Amino acid sequence: MNAISRLTVAGLAGLAAALAFVPAYAQQQDVVFLSTQLRPIEEAQKVREVILKGFPGKVTYLVEEPPQFDVRMRAEGQAGRRTVSLAGALHGELSALQPSGDLQAIDDIAAKVKDRGIPANLMELGRFGTGKQVYIPWMQATYIMVANKKALQYLPPGADIDSLTYDQLEAWGKAMTDKAGKRLIGFPAGPKGLMPRFFEGYLYPSFTGGVVTTFRSPEAEQMWTKFAALWKYVTPNSTSYDFMQEPLMGEEVWVAFDHVARVKEALVQMPQDFVTFPAPAGPKGRGYMPVIAGLAIPTGAPNRDGAVALIEHLTKPQTQIVTAAEVGFFPVVKAELPADLSPGIKLIASAVAKTQNAPDALPALLPVGLADKGGEFNKVYFDAFQRIVLRGEPVKEVLEAQAGVLKGIMEATKAPCWAPDKPSQGACPVQ
Amino acid sequence: MSGRSRFLPYLLLAPSVLFLAALFVVPLVETIAISFSDNGAPTLDHYRRMAGDLNFWPAVKNTFLLVVTVVPLQVAIALGMASMLQKLPRGRDLVLWIWTIPLGVSDLAAGLVWLALLQERGYLNSALAALGLIDGPTQWLTYETPGTLFVGILLAEVWRATAIVFIILVAGLQLIPKEYREAAEIFGASPWTTFRRITLPLLKPSLQTALILRTVLAFEVFAVVYAIAGRNFPVLVGEAYVWQRDNQAYGVAAAYAVLIVVISLAATVVYLRVLRSRTEERS
Amino acid sequence: MKTVRRLVYATGVVALCAWVLVPIYFITLGAFGGRAGVFKWPKGVLPGETFSFAAMDTFLRIEGVAHAAFNSVIAASICMALSIALGAPAGYALARYSFPGQNLYRLLILLTRAFPLAILALPLTVIFIRVGLYDTPVGVALIHTALALPFAALISSSLFMGIPRELEEAAWVFGCSRVQAFRKIVLPLALPGIAATAIFAFVISWNEVFAASILTVRERTLTAYLLTVLSESPLHFRFAGGFLLIVPSIAFIFAVRKYLFAMWGIANR
Repeated sequence: MNAISRLTVAGLAGLAAALAFVPAYAQQQDVVFLSTQLRPIEEAQKVREVILKGFPGKVTYLVEEPPQFDVRMRAEGQAGRRTVSLAGALHGELSALQPSGDLQAIDDIAAKVKDRGIPANLMELGRFGTGKQVYIPWMQATYIMVANKKALQYLPPGADIDSLTYDQLEAWGKAMTDKAGKRLIGFPAGPKGLMPRFFEGYLYPSFTGGVVTTFRSPEAEQMWTKFAALWKYVTPNSTSYDFMQEPLMGEEVWVAFDHVARVKEALVQMPQDFVTFPAPAGPKGRGYMPVIAGLAIPTGAPNRDGAVALIEHLTKPQTQIVTAAEVGFFPVVKAELPADLSPGIKLIASAVAKTQNAPDALPALLPVGLADKGGEFNKVYFDAFQRIVLRGEPVKEVLEAQAGVLKGIMEATKAPCWAPDKPSQGACPVQ
Repeated sequence: MSGRSRFLPYLLLAPSVLFLAALFVVPLVETIAISFSDNGAPTLDHYRRMAGDLNFWPAVKNTFLLVVTVVPLQVAIALGMASMLQKLPRGRDLVLWIWTIPLGVSDLAAGLVWLALLQERGYLNSALAALGLIDGPTQWLTYETPGTLFVGILLAEVWRATAIVFIILVAGLQLIPKEYREAAEIFGASPWTTFRRITLPLLKPSLQTALILRTVLAFEVFAVVYAIAGRNFPVLVGEAYVWQRDNQAYGVAAAYAVLIVVISLAATVVYLRVLRSRTEERS
Repeated sequence: MKTVRRLVYATGVVALCAWVLVPIYFITLGAFGGRAGVFKWPKGVLPGETFSFAAMDTFLRIEGVAHAAFNSVIAASICMALSIALGAPAGYALARYSFPGQNLYRLLILLTRAFPLAILALPLTVIFIRVGLYDTPVGVALIHTALALPFAALISSSLFMGIPRELEEAAWVFGCSRVQAFRKIVLPLALPGIAATAIFAFVISWNEVFAASILTVRERTLTAYLLTVLSESPLHFRFAGGFLLIVPSIAFIFAVRKYLFAMWGIANR
């Protein structure tokens, strides 16, 4: 902090004192649990009323959108005064906080939850390649496709919905557009939609077998041309959709791709109206992206013991099963889902299982090692989409230009390749 | 002027200046510094990235388009409303209340209101369908219909923010002595002439305030646009938010912020020159 | 002729009232339309069979709403008091004196409004945590004052400008001191306008979301509290939340309409 700021601080402190209003920093014994997940009102209520119910201590469960979460965590760290004891967020959101030292090492907790049976590769993700445990995996999810049963009659002949290809999806879209007179495929390409993940975890892996290295390969060029053709049958409202559950329920779209948590409501409310199935496959396989949320303890957390106890509670098999049943995120620990799941959650679970067990399944990991460049990384893919598909710019030119940006990001972060790209020495190259 | 009164104005300004210095100028200076530096080294990179971005020119264009249509429209409507209120024989209390309701509506809520009206299965389409003008749910707010999308945003902005202009103009109107207008009437001036020759010139200080405030605020338009158009109608402040929140590139966000300030400053200077108010003319 | 003109006026007034009220009526329908109402086609102008209190009920049951509302009132009141205390003297100076640096000051206060607040959030949050203003309604009020101050200063400046300087000078001639003249002549004339300005400051604070949600954790203001749960909820919840945000504004403007009306009253004495 420079001299001016210090002067400001002094001035403000004076002002505050003059107002004689500064309440003493009350020492609270509760655990402040700040999460970027399970934000929507109904889910947050379920966390408070059901998931946290068996926990002995008092928990204040607060939610925050990722950008505010980031600002708050950094600001509290810079000022050296924490209110948050436990942070729950996606892998990428936590990785942005790791370089700034806002998260403490929690190897002791990793040892404590060893018997939970969290897969080693998930625990590895929580170390960000630093060798120290930064977060404990909390829950996982992925993306699925959902279709209204009315759409099934238009499926191209011979197509099996559980092993769809992108060609068949296009044919399906065309049939629906021709017969129903409306474009009925939907993607979450709105400002808060998760469309970039579709490019990084589904389209690119399926067509090019890579994400970064193959960014401007000839396969990528064909892929974009193909996707632009498919987009002719996608509703133009897609660029406003953040969640697909509402357009699905309102029948604005019949076929949609989204994160399971973002279609859950439609499936739980109207399970009889929908079918769920894995995302399509391309020439290189059926790309899909597992999503991991983790629990981390901020540096200088006011109630570390409480946070530790809470992590133990949340990773209990019993709690994990309740979480799956209530909010549709699946266990990271060894836990058998009960047979009496609600029909909507069952629909999700079956599509997730079909995705993971597909013979051509091609898992694409979340970006690793991008630190705070994760957003710009997403932008590279979304910009390419906007320019090629929405604005009709020439594919090759756009990919050349965007590849330059991508290269800059990879070199600045020195992030090595992650699956499905082949491992690299040093920064992942853009070929 | 006596020695004392030479310092008086500064004394009156001092508290607010100190307050703004602490809460605004310091962080502002820090932000400007961020926009011109990369890890401590001076750079224009952030500005280059801003100008090179695919949404930059659309955002500039959209923002200006919105400002030059919304602001004059609002001033015209507000002037009309203020004069109507003046002529109203009864029920002023009620009308004034109703017309100023949007003043208290947050921009997010306003965006939601208009989304409820204009969305595909919204009330507007229901009404149009009932009148037989459209066959079924019709999309107005997509990237394929930029015209109606713009009109939708325009309507929402006019609905939300005309009240502030209105209230400033009413406040100004009430200070114009009634005698001026009565005199004009006695000399047989038409209402239009009275309005143009008496009311408008005397209303200049209020008009200046209203115009400057509305223009500066219009350059900051964001929440309403976001609610109605999502990504389909980039505006400058929206882009600043995206760079800061989604892309986590504070430098570029800061560059946008500086650009917005420069544009607003320029607009303010233009207004201050074009609409000189009384004290300034005297000096 | 006269009746025609009056008819035109009446139609205009009614139309403008409808322009304001009709959208609010429809969001009310949306708020009580329930989940099914959002997708119903075509929609009617009356509450239909999808009418439901469910969304509203969920909102009102969220714990902490009352505390958040209390915080909002505190923050907004402080903001109101501070912006008048700081803004009105500045407005008076701008209206009555010409002095070097005057335009610079105008630019400074306008700059405040021209700058996207979100960008300032990080440096401000750090400062606030250090001085203990973080997570307090006072801290929120200070930022909101920075937002409301330009309005307070500019509106009161145009108010004072509209009060003839000659009135004040006459009072001096009759032996009043500057302060007395101000209190007895200028203030009564300006008071209704200042009251309206204060109300405006209150409303700005009440509706501000971004700073309020960044600068608080537990001590949320109502809008920030509602909006963190609102922004990604299903549409019928969003309509319900939007409705809940609008209702206090309508009530508030209604409660202070006397002041708004008083501004009008002076000219018709």
